Amino acid sequence: MTMIGLEIHCQLTNLNSKLFCPCKANYREFEINENICPICMGLPGSLPRLNQEAVKKATIIAMALNCSTPEKIAFFRKNYFYPDSPKNFQTTQLNIYGDTSVGGKGSIMVGDKKIRITRIQLEEDPGRLIYEGSSSKNQITLVDYNRAGTPLVEIVTEPDFETPKEVRDFLNILSDILANLGVADPSLEGAMRADANVSIEGGKKVEIKNIGSFHDLEKAVHFEITRQESLHSRDIEIIQETRHWDDKRKITVSSRSKEEELDYRYFLEGDIPWIQMNDEIKKKLQSEMPESISSKKERYISKYKIPSQVADVLSSDKYYSDLFEESHTDSNAKEVANIITTDLMGLVDTREKREASKFTSTHLKELADSILSGKISRNSSKNALHEILKTGKDLSDVIKELDLGNVSNESELSGIVTQVISEESQAVEQAKSNPQTINYLVGKVMQKTKGKADPTLTLNLLKKQIGV
Amino acid sequence: MNLNISALDFVQEVKTGNISVEDFVAKTIERIQNVDDKLHAFLSVNEKSIDQARDIDKRIKSGDKVGDCFGMPISIKDNICIKDSKTTCASKMLENYVSPYDATVITKLKQQDAIFVGKVNMDEFAMGLTTEFSAYGPSKNPWNIEHVPGGSSGGSAVSVSAFECVASLGSDTGGSVRNPASFCSTVGYKPTYGLISRFGLISYANSIEQIGPLTRTVKDTAFMLNLISGLDPNDNTTIDNKNEDYLSGIEVGIEGKKIGIIKEMIGEGIDSEVLSATKDAISRLESLGATCEEISLDMVKYSVAAYYTITATEAGSNLARYDNLRYGYDFPLEGYEFNSYISKARKKFGPEVTRRMIIGGFVPSAGHAGKYFLKALKVKSKLTNEVNEAFKRVDLLVSPTVPVLPFKLGEKIDDPISLFLVDINTVTANLTGKPAISIPFAYSNGLPIGIQLMADSSQDKLLLQAAYALEQTVTLPEVPI
Repeated sequence: MTMIGLEIHCQLTNLNSKLFCPCKANYREFEINENICPICMGLPGSLPRLNQEAVKKATIIAMALNCSTPEKIAFFRKNYFYPDSPKNFQTTQLNIYGDTSVGGKGSIMVGDKKIRITRIQLEEDPGRLIYEGSSSKNQITLVDYNRAGTPLVEIVTEPDFETPKEVRDFLNILSDILANLGVADPSLEGAMRADANVSIEGGKKVEIKNIGSFHDLEKAVHFEITRQESLHSRDIEIIQETRHWDDKRKITVSSRSKEEELDYRYFLEGDIPWIQMNDEIKKKLQSEMPESISSKKERYISKYKIPSQVADVLSSDKYYSDLFEESHTDSNAKEVANIITTDLMGLVDTREKREASKFTSTHLKELADSILSGKISRNSSKNALHEILKTGKDLSDVIKELDLGNVSNESELSGIVTQVISEESQAVEQAKSNPQTINYLVGKVMQKTKGKADPTLTLNLLKKQIGV
Repeated sequence: MNLNISALDFVQEVKTGNISVEDFVAKTIERIQNVDDKLHAFLSVNEKSIDQARDIDKRIKSGDKVGDCFGMPISIKDNICIKDSKTTCASKMLENYVSPYDATVITKLKQQDAIFVGKVNMDEFAMGLTTEFSAYGPSKNPWNIEHVPGGSSGGSAVSVSAFECVASLGSDTGGSVRNPASFCSTVGYKPTYGLISRFGLISYANSIEQIGPLTRTVKDTAFMLNLISGLDPNDNTTIDNKNEDYLSGIEVGIEGKKIGIIKEMIGEGIDSEVLSATKDAISRLESLGATCEEISLDMVKYSVAAYYTITATEAGSNLARYDNLRYGYDFPLEGYEFNSYISKARKKFGPEVTRRMIIGGFVPSAGHAGKYFLKALKVKSKLTNEVNEAFKRVDLLVSPTVPVLPFKLGEKIDDPISLFLVDINTVTANLTGKPAISIPFAYSNGLPIGIQLMADSSQDKLLLQAAYALEQTVTLPEVPI
């Protein structure tokens, strides 16, 4: 049986400051080595100054992943030399001497399958290495410490996955959960990273590191399973090792470094006193947690009669569900959901598009209300949506400028209806005997008005003039 | 002008206009120039001291608000960061290191208009108890320059003892303030863990060390403590002392207090002169109205072993950052791969630091931690329980600060084990987080003997009251330099 386990690292990108100093957690907007201070640079004499908010956010993640949370939280030092680590130790958590990391055993459902979480820990991200030079001979390594000390949550799973697809599904669900909690924006470059452990029946565990994206993770796992199966079929022993994902060649390569042999000499970080997490604090955090994705979905279905699949899409993406929450009323909810999942989705499917979009919940509300009141047809609403995304103009202005308003003037529409009836005598006869076919005539009216005819009014006028 | 003056007297004299800060500081600098060739307390002298003193005089004259130190010249151990000043830890590794920020204690003292006359010598990275492990050469004991001044805050003790400053800040990881205070006949204080912020103190063994003042009198220590103690957002381990005033009520005496005499600290290996001085101290405490009884702390016999195991482990981690990549000394990186570069760069560490790095790499390592590091932590926790139990029965504990008289330079430098054992009476306060003080008490052949008092956590005020009471029974001879 194939067994795959994951170690996911997620930056708490929504925090203001780093884990142990006042530098910005959002290091991405800085020039190289501009987001640093004596603490995150590990200068002599500096001490960590714990960001309490990070502990809260990490605990919320643990709660959302159904993990146990300890009464006391402690930090440990993981000692190793590496140029991206200013102190040459990483401040992290460890459960060897009792469960003191932010989260213990938990689980989440991926479809019908339960994926067990081993533990969740809060730690600091190291700096970033930049390699320059063409060949290994003249290669130089530069270090950017802007990222050093960014709060990072590590989520370790049990080896419960059997296929790369399950891995991918899990990661999608996990990033939706993290986004929904408001603790992180997983779409930010480098905000979420993962390592995988892969083993097949009869083989040893192989760890794959250095995987840049979730997309590549799925590929790497797939490659690794194939590689191991191929070895196994030729009776070649699968050894326990660490392999790196070679992004260019899309294969895993054995790491020559002796990482397995490293002894991290873990011990308690004395500079950060134990943090008490009593029931009162936990209850308060629980009450502050945003509504879960599954609860949102249920509410959308039961309260607004939104179809299950639509509710699924709407609830799992925080961007969409926030838009929905801000713009819907009891009467327009279904229409709002419709606009989001059929028209808007394709237009704002990436982070860049979302950032560039000038479309707001106010626009969405007006759009839905206007469709419902017959001011604009569904067809025209799509054109309006495009224009608003680009310009951010008011819906009423867009309707005027692009002449998208419905023809709801009865006498004007009545003339067009009369014209259609005279042109389509055969269809009119049909409609008389079979009222269902009257929709064909509605369509003709729409054609003549370029989709702007008020559909309800059109139908009424047709019925009246034909006499059905 | 008399440089042999307490901090409180200095402040009084300046306030009343009897002395000008400029004169006093100039005399102090002159004194440093005259005696420090022999004593080598200072690693660097602040050239702006006199200008700063002149400025304070001006402000006093024009009636501006002046901080509580009134320009008092203070020396600072070279492991405490002062902005834009060299902070070397007496190591070649940090030979050119200039700190870009102030330690919290420095910020506080600057606000009170202290003048930092210079940075003082120490054992490299505070590892040692003689200053012989300074990369810049040892300091000498002003009472007899053939003898060690104690350490690691040797420069601090020498500078206070030889009137090269009025007070000093050192750091105490296993006795590094109290040991040189005892050897040089000054007061040396190790507060309750967390009472003074360590932000800006270069870590050696961060879970047990504290910054502490070295002064001429117990009252001066209380005065310094008032200025530098308290909660600091930059050090999460600091405790809230509610702005305690350690000077007020310091003269209340120790009538009715119970004092425990630690049996394990007056037994085997103690010099006879030190023993008789300790007995003398006990009888004086009794005559002051305290009752003394002998108590046993069984774990003390393992304390030095535990201390060196824990400190080596923490040092191994705390000193890992000195890879010379981000700061350090001039040694170009080109042509090296990371691991070979750092192992070469780190050769600048001296022999004692290297020894402890090696121990620190071994005792917490996989397969050995259970035998060494974890066992040491057990000793620490058992010792703490024992001491806590003791403080249910007594208010204070008494012992000699160091079981031996100041020894000669070079006498023990090649015998690390016998050197380690000199720490036997001081490490308990660090391992248990309790406050402890050493006060000058007696002399043997012109060499000082200090007495140590220890109190329960956060009983710093009580400790200072007892130390003050005992201090009043002692008359000090003049330092012979």
